[in-house]
Amino acid sequence: MLPIVTIVVDGREIEAREGDRLIDAIRAAGTEVPSLCYYPHIDPPLGTCRVCNVLVNGRQMASCTTPVKAGMVVATADAALQDNRKAMVEMLFVEGNHFCPACEKSGDCDLQGIGYQLGINATRYPHLFIDRVIDYNPERIVIEHNRCIRCRRCVEEVLTDEGKKVFSFANRGNETEVAIDYEQEARLSEEQAIRAMHICPTGAILVSGKSLARPFGERKYDVDHRTTLPVTPPSTPAKPAGGRKTIATTSLAGCFGCHMSMLDIDLELLDLVELVTFDKSPLTDIKEFSQRVDVGLIEGGCCNSENVEVLREFRRKCDVLVSVGECAIWGGLPAMRNTVPLRECLEEAYLHSLTSEEAEQVIPRHEDIPQILDKVYACSEVVKIDYFIPGCPPDAHYIWKVVKNILFGEAYSVLSSEFKYD
Amino acid sequence: MSNAIEMKSVSLHRPQLLNALWALHDVKNYLSDTDITTLAALFDISRVEVEGVASFYHFFHRQPAGKHTIYLNKSIVSEFQGFQEVRTAFEAETGARCGHADESGQFGFFETACIGLSDQEPAALIDFYPFTRLNPEKVRKIIAGIKSGASVASLADTPEDNIRYTPGDGRTLLLSPYEPGTALRTLLQLEPADVIRQIKESGLSGMGGAFFPTALKWESCSNSRSSRKFIVCNADEGEPGTFKDRVLLNRLPGLVIEGMALAAYATGASEGVLYLRAEYRYLKEKLEAAIEEFRQQGLLGDQIPALQPFSFDIRVQLGAGAYVCGEETALLNSMEGLRGEPRTKLYFPTERGYLEKPTIVNNVETFACAARIIEKGPQYLLRLGTPESPGTKLISVSGDCDRPGIYEIEWGMPLGELLALCDARDPHLVQVSGPSGKMVPAADRQRRISRRDLPCNGSFMVFSKDRDLLQILKNFSDFFKHESCGICTPCRAGNFILNRKLEKLQLGLGSQYDLDELQQWGQTIREASRCGLGQTAPNSISDAIRHFPDYFDARVDKSGSDLQRGFDLEAAEREYREITSLKK
Repeated sequence: MLPIVTIVVDGREIEAREGDRLIDAIRAAGTEVPSLCYYPHIDPPLGTCRVCNVLVNGRQMASCTTPVKAGMVVATADAALQDNRKAMVEMLFVEGNHFCPACEKSGDCDLQGIGYQLGINATRYPHLFIDRVIDYNPERIVIEHNRCIRCRRCVEEVLTDEGKKVFSFANRGNETEVAIDYEQEARLSEEQAIRAMHICPTGAILVSGKSLARPFGERKYDVDHRTTLPVTPPSTPAKPAGGRKTIATTSLAGCFGCHMSMLDIDLELLDLVELVTFDKSPLTDIKEFSQRVDVGLIEGGCCNSENVEVLREFRRKCDVLVSVGECAIWGGLPAMRNTVPLRECLEEAYLHSLTSEEAEQVIPRHEDIPQILDKVYACSEVVKIDYFIPGCPPDAHYIWKVVKNILFGEAYSVLSSEFKYD
Repeated sequence: MSNAIEMKSVSLHRPQLLNALWALHDVKNYLSDTDITTLAALFDISRVEVEGVASFYHFFHRQPAGKHTIYLNKSIVSEFQGFQEVRTAFEAETGARCGHADESGQFGFFETACIGLSDQEPAALIDFYPFTRLNPEKVRKIIAGIKSGASVASLADTPEDNIRYTPGDGRTLLLSPYEPGTALRTLLQLEPADVIRQIKESGLSGMGGAFFPTALKWESCSNSRSSRKFIVCNADEGEPGTFKDRVLLNRLPGLVIEGMALAAYATGASEGVLYLRAEYRYLKEKLEAAIEEFRQQGLLGDQIPALQPFSFDIRVQLGAGAYVCGEETALLNSMEGLRGEPRTKLYFPTERGYLEKPTIVNNVETFACAARIIEKGPQYLLRLGTPESPGTKLISVSGDCDRPGIYEIEWGMPLGELLALCDARDPHLVQVSGPSGKMVPAADRQRRISRRDLPCNGSFMVFSKDRDLLQILKNFSDFFKHESCGICTPCRAGNFILNRKLEKLQLGLGSQYDLDELQQWGQTIREASRCGLGQTAPNSISDAIRHFPDYFDARVDKSGSDLQRGFDLEAAEREYREITSLKK
């Protein structure tokens, strides 16, 4: 057996066995390193997600595939390193089609959990929106290819009693995907299938009828708001210099949920109206801008030409423009249509739906009604956006903290428990 | 091709899977569902595992790919020398749409990554026979010939070696006159440790582009007490623009064989494998004949009489189309009948390589160099090149120059001198070491091609002023997007994301912000990727933005407007207007 050696982790000397995996040594010493693919018992480690990267003697390495060596100097909290970890997770989000509010695994999903943990607000990369299938062919399992992050856990871990693989990677490059063997899958017991679902870090492997077994609110990453959300301290802002500030809001391709959330601040609303004046907004029912405003809050992305016009007008009239909620930030639920050609969407909605007339042939159109765009665009694709407030919807207190910060430079800190995507 | 492997010769060991896939594929130029089922049963693995391996390699088809399968090279050099016309001609003559077989099933037509014929582009493989310097007229004749029943072999071209330059007398290393067996016979006077010492003295390092000290590899393998060791020659020359290994294998196969045998002698290995990329399948018979010739001469085989009890033999393993298999651990996985994904770097191949046994993987040119060092002595090599970078290097020159081909240069040659030697036409930039290498302005004529300044893996592509930079970058990016093995996040997703960004710039919709992001995102991919592919893929984009700011300045929005230039409302509305026939 190899000797115990000393390594330095974040300036602290720790002991570890030479040759052991660095990630285990760091975790054993009490420092958390996030990962989406790592399992201590898989040899060699998978090394696919690259989220567990740390700096070893100044160089970035995946801590799961790096063996401990005497004298190593490891940094786990370097700012650039943490940004790269976030970048990895953001890449996974934009590469797949992850619609958390519509996902069975929401709250139990490691990808979503790491998103919260790393404090990802908006992805720096545009979503790729690749059309992928949901495979209902297997006996028990449903494969949701939109959500697979190709961690390889299932490929290595899910075997039949005869030791045959049920999953394998298929194809190559950007088309790499996990394929399932129908014949072998049929040989899995229900327990084995459920285990496959549980080792999947996202909602890509589901077992029919079993995926909602644990109710929302009791899931792995669910936060009990009653006990952990700190009570927002009573806001007694000093009268700001420069008079009352102005705010405008609008809802584009959204569900008005973010606006509902804005109203949820209850009594604080009274403080707020002392401080700000609302201009154009559904909250005031003012239809036109009466002046240039300080802050514009946008809910929803752009799915039609009218959304684009409104958004551009907001950009022209607002000093600071904020995307509020997932739909504004990257398209959100309405962007589910982005992987489907527009023609198919319209035909499904107007010609072949259950409620359409028999032999219906007309897709509504008129010069005066807005044109549907080829896909749903994130607001930041159309105009420059200054801030993002993530969540689906973002918590009311959280929205107003951000807004107050923008308006009055008031210090605040956002807890990861305060934003939710589900 | 004729040399289909008999299925009965296939054993059930997993490393034979690649050969078994080839054997079935050769029967009808694709793998049917039944084939997959057959192989799953033969190898006692699940169907999805066979599928997974087959779908990794781009020369294995799962749909009928024609009785004759055509692969046209779409590397950037080909693109600039008439690719589009030739492609159109192939489609017109065969009736096959690119990426498919024609209706009658006679022809399948596909694009493919660089096939190692960059000095005679546009080039294609038909049934894995080479066809060079194509033009529409030549395509018409070839297809007419095949249709009239002529054998593809009889119509194929013999690729030229195009050796354009060697250093003067007494200064040529690799391409000097060769007498088979000279290096091996020297071994009669050398102990294994002497071989390693001479290689070490020469300072030889990996010629595939990683420049890892060869002697260290050999020493590490030699130190292992394992009773079974392997010598693997990496002839998976996939970097676009390089073709020097093709020429070496075609011209001096014996030198490569001797290099492998030396490594075996030095380390106590007895089994050798030459992993040949499928694009060079037309060289397989020749290589096997050369190996047989060495056996006949008593220089290779079960018991080499001259060096009893040392015994060493070599077989040729055919790849099946995957750039990443040039990475040594991916190559080992491929040899083991797996998907060619790079391994995690917990062990060096010299500790645990092929079948977990100590294995030396060296490039074709490295083995050839090793043979020359033993033949001529390390001092011969040390006189050449520069003190920091002694020796010579084979450079494959292609692109906008009048004398494309192979140049054996002494390390340290100034960039300008090589550009002059190859008669570069109004050179503007040079892509050194292929898409994964460095993009260098041709104006940097004083820079030296050496391990220290401008290391080169053999690929040297010259581009003149009128070549569009974004077209070059997009071609490279398409290549990486497709050739990433797909297992690690930054390389698989990151290269796709960069590719989309380049599309945006090509459409004229980019801003300075996009250029900054390309740099930042490229840096992330470089730092976080698992193997050399991802760690180098963004290089040319970063180099281009750094070296050619004027080009980009003219193509991005610098107005600082709050509206995104990348969003085109009219284009976004177009589809709806078309579907509903709504007039603007």
